[in-house]
Amino acid sequence: METFLEEVNKKIHGVPIQSCYHCRKCTAGCPVATHMEYNPNKVIKMIQNGQRDKILNSSTIWMCLSCETCITRCPNQVDIARMMDVLRQMAIEEGRAAKEANVLKFHEAFLSSIKFGGRIHEMMMTVHYKLKSGDWFSDVDIAPTMFLKGKLALLPPRTKDMKSVRNIFEKTKNI
Amino acid sequence: MKVSYYPGCSLHGMAKEYDQSMKAVSRALNIELKEVDDWSCCGASAAHNTNFDLSIALPARNLIAAEKDAMDVMVPCAACFNRFKMAEHHLKADKDLKAKIEGVVGAKYQGGIAIRNPIDVIYTEIGIDALAAKVVKPLAGLKPVSYYGCLLLRPPEVCEFENYENPFMMDKMMGAIGADVKNWSYKTDCCGGSMSVSKTAIVVDMCDKLTGAAQEAGANCVVTACPMCMANLDMRPSANMKMPVFYFTELISLAMDLPGSKETFKSHLIDPQPLLRGLGLI
Repeated sequence: METFLEEVNKKIHGVPIQSCYHCRKCTAGCPVATHMEYNPNKVIKMIQNGQRDKILNSSTIWMCLSCETCITRCPNQVDIARMMDVLRQMAIEEGRAAKEANVLKFHEAFLSSIKFGGRIHEMMMTVHYKLKSGDWFSDVDIAPTMFLKGKLALLPPRTKDMKSVRNIFEKTKNI
Repeated sequence: MKVSYYPGCSLHGMAKEYDQSMKAVSRALNIELKEVDDWSCCGASAAHNTNFDLSIALPARNLIAAEKDAMDVMVPCAACFNRFKMAEHHLKADKDLKAKIEGVVGAKYQGGIAIRNPIDVIYTEIGIDALAAKVVKPLAGLKPVSYYGCLLLRPPEVCEFENYENPFMMDKMMGAIGADVKNWSYKTDCCGGSMSVSKTAIVVDMCDKLTGAAQEAGANCVVTACPMCMANLDMRPSANMKMPVFYFTELISLAMDLPGSKETFKSHLIDPQPLLRGLGLI
């Protein structure tokens, strides 16, 4: 049976994460490390230790902003940003509840908007997010101003060949 | 020169100022834009967070559409640029993935066109001197800090942007149009990106840190090339930390006195017009 480490490395498809020698440059440069349950370099250690549940149920993987500072500065080219993507994808595939639920709900609302019209309709996406998250009151002060300034389009934009877009969602779902 | 143009969703929505000024500046600099036929969203931050294949297939559909016109594709949005470059990187490095994605999109990917950001197109193809020669109204008194953010630059071997820890192309451009660019250490720091809605308090802190550093550097505005940075810096800083933010193309358009150059400022949430009026620039 594959270990958690082997599984993650296979999905990253790059430099094995055990090349990390814990210089902590990733954590030092991470803009949200202070908000994470486990620092980026600690996540590597925990994967090596096989702490699958702890990692995939943690807030850390959802707090990562994908700013890619970690991979840019890693002396051993360990792709931590990609590792975080892989961990999030694993958590989703395994049907785990995201500890930072609204972060995932925002991504889902974003993708729904693409599935609907091929392009993002900010107003529809926001409503969708609010429906999913129950977070009705955030930004209610900004929205009318944005609308009046013409920043929020009323009609959703649309890609004509929606079949090809829906196909992409359909076919990548089960790969 | 003629390029394919991928505006992306933001430039047709919240970042319409970027689209309008980009088109005006391109016209003035003889960069002819041909919009990619029937483009769709690149998947931005949402796709790669949830499904790797989806995050490659969505930009691949657009890259393949752009390839039909056989010209380099110019991608102004930093997020779209990043996803296009990421797709190109993986499709060129991994034959199996390429075959799989071509099956998903239903068309072949050739990899024959370059993906370019307008900062690089204007700096490299047009040049700083040619840009300076077109200035009719130097932006005297405007003191911007150049803010590049994450997605244009990182990861460097994917984005292939100049000087990823201390980029200077936008700084040079701002100098060429008469602005007094301030140096600062936050050119490539993150604004909080896609967590603006789901983790607002954190993004407020990150934006306050940026505008605070800009003020410390003696700047009176921020200039960016990323719709996400723009949205966050325009929306999120605390009341006492707000500072006008511009797309770099808006400032080039203003310095060249192009038609419509004053219009885009009206849709900013932080009104930059008092600053510009005070400096006699509008």
